[in-house]
Parts: sequence; structure tokens; C-alpha cells
Amino acid sequence: MEASLAKYRDPKAAKALVAQIHEAAPVEPMSLMEVCGGQTHTIYQYRLREMLPTSVRLVSGPGCPVCVTPITYIDQAVALCQIPGVVVFTFGDLVRVPGTRLSLEKARALGGRVREVYSPLDALIYAREHPESQVVFLGIGFETTLPTFSLPLQMAIRENRNNFSVLLSAKRVPPVLDALLRSKAPINGFITPGHVTSIIGANAYSELCERYQVPMVVGGFEPIDLLIAIRDLVRLVAEGKHDNANAYPRAARPQGNIKAQQLFAELYEPCDEELRGLGIIADAGYKLRDCFASFDALRKFDLGKIVSAEPAGCRCGQVLAGTIVPEQCPLFGKRCTPDHSIGACMVSMEGTCNAAYLYRDSHE
Amino acid sequence: MNNTQHKKYAPEDVVRLGHGSGGRLSRELIEGLILPALGDSAPRQLEDGAILSALKSDMVFTTDSYVVSPLEFPGGNIGTLCVAGTVNDLAMMGARPVALSLGMILEEGFSLETLERIVRSIGDTAREAGVAFYCGDTKVVERGKGDGIYINTAGIGERVYAPNPNGIQPGDGVILSGTMGDHGFTLLTQRKGFALQSDLQSDSAPLYGLVQALCAKVPVRWMRDPTRGGVATSLCELCETKSWSVTLQEGEFPLHPAVQGLGEILGLDPLYSANEGKFLAVVPGEFVDEALRVLRNEPLGVNAACIGRVTAGHAGKLLLETTMGNVRVLGMLASDPLPRIC
Repeated sequence: MEASLAKYRDPKAAKALVAQIHEAAPVEPMSLMEVCGGQTHTIYQYRLREMLPTSVRLVSGPGCPVCVTPITYIDQAVALCQIPGVVVFTFGDLVRVPGTRLSLEKARALGGRVREVYSPLDALIYAREHPESQVVFLGIGFETTLPTFSLPLQMAIRENRNNFSVLLSAKRVPPVLDALLRSKAPINGFITPGHVTSIIGANAYSELCERYQVPMVVGGFEPIDLLIAIRDLVRLVAEGKHDNANAYPRAARPQGNIKAQQLFAELYEPCDEELRGLGIIADAGYKLRDCFASFDALRKFDLGKIVSAEPAGCRCGQVLAGTIVPEQCPLFGKRCTPDHSIGACMVSMEGTCNAAYLYRDSHE
Repeated sequence: MNNTQHKKYAPEDVVRLGHGSGGRLSRELIEGLILPALGDSAPRQLEDGAILSALKSDMVFTTDSYVVSPLEFPGGNIGTLCVAGTVNDLAMMGARPVALSLGMILEEGFSLETLERIVRSIGDTAREAGVAFYCGDTKVVERGKGDGIYINTAGIGERVYAPNPNGIQPGDGVILSGTMGDHGFTLLTQRKGFALQSDLQSDSAPLYGLVQALCAKVPVRWMRDPTRGGVATSLCELCETKSWSVTLQEGEFPLHPAVQGLGEILGLDPLYSANEGKFLAVVPGEFVDEALRVLRNEPLGVNAACIGRVTAGHAGKLLLETTMGNVRVLGMLASDPLPRIC
């Protein structure tokens, strides 16, 4: 592990790449968007921005699954964990995201049943062992996370398990990029998310590059991976090309993971989906096919009318859309910190605000 | 492990409310299980209080409570922790541990066999640390109102070494006595339903012996055992309000390969992960080599390393020089680290 990763953090290789980036960068400024929150984290962690020419600006994208999950979703999850007999299973990231009134963490302190798991399969195992309980898994994420709970879901469907369901908030990267491009966001090129691409395949972006005449490069998550992607993208922008390139071939292949894609096709169909800060985007989500409706927590449980409201003053939406940087939000680092988060972007490890706070230069 | 001892208990042999009544059952538990399991670490007399003879130097007094889950894990259990943790707090003050107290809150229905195993570890660890128990207390709470067992220990120590943090200056070395984050990552792998196989163990161990070896040879300026919050949080606390900074070298951290690998996979930083058998020390720059030589000669210190330096400028900050050669500021642990989901 150590040796294999060291290669992707090698200072000499970094220096050489940075020199190539400086050489390739034109004088006119360009904005490149790293789509995934994991990439944002690496960029802050290794202070890659400092190494780039001033004309190359990196903008953080909407690829943090926790951050783009609408607040209504948290409110629904909170309502579910308060129904007698229901146990909500979730990835750890989600428990501290504030809902309109409560986070899952606070709901649990008040008696709600919320369990954190690393593996969604554990939720299915619990459902098997506790037929008296209704297990609801909080299925959020982009295409990377989707297979991890889709497989247990497929198993539950096959074994006809009537005490297992999913509260789904699945997001699809290409339609989100489409929406960003349609909104004429001032982005000259995209570093596409390496792990999402390992599932959907690098070819998934070709049509977007063609239609919007914009270059994209698949990027990994180590500093060297990202510097290669940035170099390739800077060159493409400088040359006025709109290629769909791949700087992360060790994980992302042109066709992606066919098995995972088949699993998606079996269980889900695309649907319009709300992303926090970006609004409702056509085809940006997945919903369970009607034949599996009894495994959809929203269709299984009557949650009544849930009225959700975004926290006052929170500007996560604009941070997610890349129109402001975290420091421009008046709450950032003052009322909103990782200890007392107001917006989701401060809670999640992949949130831009979290990375900006964690790696900022001065801690008051 | 002694098998004949274990056969003493059937599955239905559990803690009952009566064990905390103060009556005959309590006595049975104390005299039949706790005292024998503690062995020669047990209190000599069972009075309302223990009498200690006057110490030759300043007395250091500390207390800590232990609520770990799971109760038993590779490399230790709540029993090893409750001795090592308190003894190490004394050791960081330069104090030789002299006396401990043992307070246990047991949950009705807790297995007596497990209890005996834990108390045996308490006795063994106290013996290893060269300290004994002078007083104790046992209470029982109703089933569902505890987590099996909670333990509190208090400790008294005699101050032998007096590190002087006011003497810290740029150029001093920051030493870590061994690998980073072993305890925190071990507990992570042991959490129910987290099926990762590794040979990683908790580092839970009493440290006074190692401290003594170091302090006898090196004018140590500051010591701290980086438990919850890890190395980064302890060093942030050290730097706060100071006129200098500490700069860590990312490439110099002693890491168990499993900690490094798990950290990468789960997105958790060993710098913020708990240790239970390691300490940080600031020593004058010219004593760094001697400190490492002394520590590496001891079984608990073989992986000791100089992980950074006290630096001028950036007053009050903890800095990290990354392997890429950039420098960034490290903050305190905000709250429990969350694993990332993709």
C-alpha cells in the first residue's frame, strides 16, 4: 500500500508536472471544475492551487453526495427513524447533516433508531435477523456509491424480504454536468470524477464534450493523478480542443463496470431529481422501478406532509454550483464550523466548506 | 489463559442486582472474583479508606473513566485500558505511579466469566506498571442501563521528573514513541459488522518505564500521551498561545501498514486517531538522537521517531509539511471522525 501510493505523491514527479502546466497555460485565465468532492479534498490537502499558474483557477463542483442531498431527504429520514419498529441504517456521513428541525444524530439522541454502517450489507443482515423490525437503508450517492447498496437491495428483492426498504436519493453525474453546461456556467473544462467513471465508463461524457464543445479529463484522487489531469486539461483548453480524455486509466475504463450498469438497469429508471443548490434536474436521479415499489421507503411508509426549509443564511447552494467560494459565505468559519455545521457542505468530508475549513491557514 | 479457571462459570453465571447490594452477594463477588483476579495488585485492606504514607516529593493526582466498546479487542480490553490510561496520565506529569483506585459499574446480566477476564487484565497491567490498588467500589445497575461494565480509576503518583514547557524553543525536536493511531484503528476494525482482517493490535500499555528511561538521559521539556484526538490534537494544544509553531514532516510518521492502508480506504487520518501506549515528547534539538537511541532500546519504543520540530514564526500553529513539499495548518479534531462513503 505504502509503496504503491508513494508513486502518486512523489514530489519530483509533481514538480515536473507543475512545470509542464506552467508551460502549457495561456495568459488568459481559465476556470477548471473538479467535479468530485474527493478531488476537492486532495487539492486542499496538498495545496495544489498554490502550485498552479495564477491564470488557472480550480472551481469545486457538485460531486459531494451528502452536500447535494436536499434537506427534505434528511427530514424524511428523521421522520422514518421515529416510526415505532423502524430502524434506519446509514453511512456515517449523513448523521450530522442538519435537517429542518433535527439531524439524524439529534433524532437518535431523542429516541429515534439510527445505526451507522460501513457496509450496506449489514443492514440486510440485520433485517434477516430481526424480522420484527422494519429496516430502512438511506441510499444516497452518485454512481460510485449506488452499487454498494443496490446489491443488498437486489438480494432483499430476490429473497422477498418484506422488512427491508431503501430511502433513495441517487444521483447521476452526466445529467448534472449537462445542467451546469446548459446554465452557461463559466467553466472552460472539467476534471471528471474518477470513481464515478469507473462505474459509468469514460465514454459517458463524449456526447457532452461534443455538444458543448468543452474538454473533459477523467481525474483520480492522488496529487499526481490530479496534476496529470490538470496538465492535460490545460493543454486541451489552450489548444481550443474539446476532447474527452482519461488521466485515470488504472481505474476508469471506456465502458465502465458493465455488471454495475446492469444492476442499475434492473432496479432503477432515470427520474428528475432535486440537487441542493442546483434545483430539479431532468434525469439526474434514479427511482426504483414500479415493480419494486414495496422496497421504496417513501412508497411503503406514510410520512404525512413534511415541510422543509433551508437554514437561514446558508449559501451551500451557491458553493455547490461553483458561483461562490466557501469563504464568501457569511456563516463560514463563524457560525458554521465542523463542530456546529449549518450547511451540509461543512459536515461531509467531501464538502467544499469542510475541506476549506480544515485546510485553511488560520484557525480563530 | 487458564482453562480450568474458565470452566468455573456457566453461561447463566452473571452479575445480579444483589451483587451491588452491599450484602452477602457483594462480598462473594469481591472475595470470590475481584480480589483473586487482581492477585497481588489487590488492596491489602478493605476499610472505608486507604492510608498512604507520605511521599518524598510532590504528589500528582488524576482520574479517568473508561466506557470503551467493544470491551475486549486485539491487544487489550477495558481492564488494560483503565490501568494504562491513568498510569500514563501520571507518567506524562513525570510521576511514578504509587496507588490506584478501582470503581466498577456493572450491568445486571453481565457475564462473570468476562468480568473475571477483565479484572485479571487489570491486575496484570497494574503489576506491569509497578503499581497496586488501594481502594475500590462496585455498583450494579439494572439490565439495559449500562453497557456491561464501566470503570473509573483514580491514580496518585510521586513526581520524579518535572518537564518544563516554558523552555521550549525553535530547533527542539518532537518525538513520538512509536506507531501512530494503532488503538483507534483497532477499535474501528472491531466494531460490530466491520469485517476487516488485519494483524493490527491496540497499543494499550503503561508507559512509566519508557518515560523513566528517557527522562534519566534527556532533559525532556514536555510530554503528552495522545489519546482521543490523536497526535495532531495534542500538538495543537501544545502550540496554542505560544510564540512559536511546530512543523511536522509527513514522510516521517511511524505507521503500522494496516493503519496506513485503512486510513487511505476509509478517509481517516492517523494523526487524529487515538493512541493508548504512546507518548509525545519535546526535547532539545541536540538531544534528539540520544532520545531516539534510548527509546528504541526499550521494547515499547522500538518504532520511536522524530516527527517534527519546533519552528520559529507562525506563532501558535501546528503545521504539516506534506510529502509534496507544501505546508498546511493542522487544526484540532472537530468531532469524531466520520468515514467517507465513496
